[in-house]
Amino acid sequence: MNLQNILNELESVDGEIFDRLAHVSRRNMFSMWANKAAKVAVAAPVVMASALSNAYGQSGLPANVVEVLNFALTLEYLEAEFYVRGTETSGLIPSQFMEIFRTIRRHEEAHVRLLRSVLGAQAVAKPTFDFTAKGAFPTVFSNFQTYMALSQAFEDTGVRAYKGQAGNLINAPAVLEVALNIHSVEARHAARIRVLRGFKGWITNSDASGLPVTIYASDNITNQLGVELAGISGKSAEAVTEAFDEPLSKSDVLAIAGPFIA
Amino acid sequence: MEELNTLPESPTRVEGVGRRSFLRYVGGAAVVGGILSSCTPTDEVAVSSTPEYNLSKYARKMSNGITVDLGTGEVAILNYAYALEQLEAAYYEMLLANPYSEMTAMERTMFTDIRDHEVIHREFFKKALGSAAIPGLTPNFSGINFKQRSVVIDVARQFEDTGVSAYNGAGKYLKTGAYLLTAGKIVSVEARHAALLSDLQFPLSGSFAGDLPVDTMGLERSREPGAVLAIVAPFIQETITFTLA
Repeated sequence: MNLQNILNELESVDGEIFDRLAHVSRRNMFSMWANKAAKVAVAAPVVMASALSNAYGQSGLPANVVEVLNFALTLEYLEAEFYVRGTETSGLIPSQFMEIFRTIRRHEEAHVRLLRSVLGAQAVAKPTFDFTAKGAFPTVFSNFQTYMALSQAFEDTGVRAYKGQAGNLINAPAVLEVALNIHSVEARHAARIRVLRGFKGWITNSDASGLPVTIYASDNITNQLGVELAGISGKSAEAVTEAFDEPLSKSDVLAIAGPFIA
Repeated sequence: MEELNTLPESPTRVEGVGRRSFLRYVGGAAVVGGILSSCTPTDEVAVSSTPEYNLSKYARKMSNGITVDLGTGEVAILNYAYALEQLEAAYYEMLLANPYSEMTAMERTMFTDIRDHEVIHREFFKKALGSAAIPGLTPNFSGINFKQRSVVIDVARQFEDTGVSAYNGAGKYLKTGAYLLTAGKIVSVEARHAALLSDLQFPLSGSFAGDLPVDTMGLERSREPGAVLAIVAPFIQETITFTLA
């Protein structure tokens, strides 16, 4: 890994990262970084990566954490390339909606950079993507409706995927927090795209809104922590399903994403 | 009005005081707010044309003298979530009971959906906590003019952003997998609310996932419990205390 190239490529340091990471390390590593960053334009993701790996000392990130992060990275690669291609295909995205997709693109690219920085040499390589899903969506980059539908599919799947991995990070609090911080951003994206398509921003029952039903499988649960909520305070079962987003397992997510990986 | 800006908005200020003493800090802020309550909530308020965090502008601290302790450990975190859901649910209940005159059908549907989600979250925590649940809290929205559309949406957006940041910051304190997962199921719904309320306020912009809630690494900003409680304290008549870990 050529550090200088990465530094050049990355955004300049964001001062708040030091606040964000103040509790990552119990040692005083941060003041050291802060002083250094005052003189050198150290990119935020590199600082984050260093903080996370230092938190684990010489043993490095635990294997199960690496596995979660590489799973996330694979999904972020897919999303980032999808938005890069979409925003760079002239005539696809109407100009009044461009800011929405540029915003999402910026986040997904940032997620890729961050995860790659954290994983370092252990990062998986970017797969080759086929956004037609082997011919199922031939108009993905020529029909805005198709493009938006796939955008919703990737975002809602991303939300479910991160949620499904939270438990695997329960003993890695610093990494968990980063994953949660990505998770809610994906949910923001998903809601915005859903409304752009003319649907509600939240998921009612397992309604797939024209997408493959596997993306929303088992999202219609009304019992949480053993508490049956359908009808509570006079609220409908539908409202209850909207109020809780359900997770997907890694294998379910990979089955959804698989056709898009060439 | 200016002095209300001394209420802490920045998480770092509260984090700076350390876990042990943040409750005293919240209490101090509450006292400051309590002295100031001159403007009437029916005055037209100028709302920023760009996203800002300025909930203190809508704060008119009113105390009923009751102290509610959230408890310790995971129970405290679940009660913390219960407290926030109570506040959010009450806000949308109030909003829909006093709709601003130009509320569109689309807006009414959206607020109704969000209210229902928040009420369900509230009732869920109440049931799940059982005898460990804190009592019902008394909201104080006396500084919010519910007849002014721009104010109603501005406050809703900020409550939702605050809620998301609260869940994101609290996840690491949950050591039971089922609790962490359930918090995760809720936070993404709160994020959906936050995104759409931002878009209602700033249509067709990038504000649905804007630079205020999301940093340059594409990460949503977390807030520690002390920071969140400092932000919401003026809107709850009880004084909230708890001990982390």
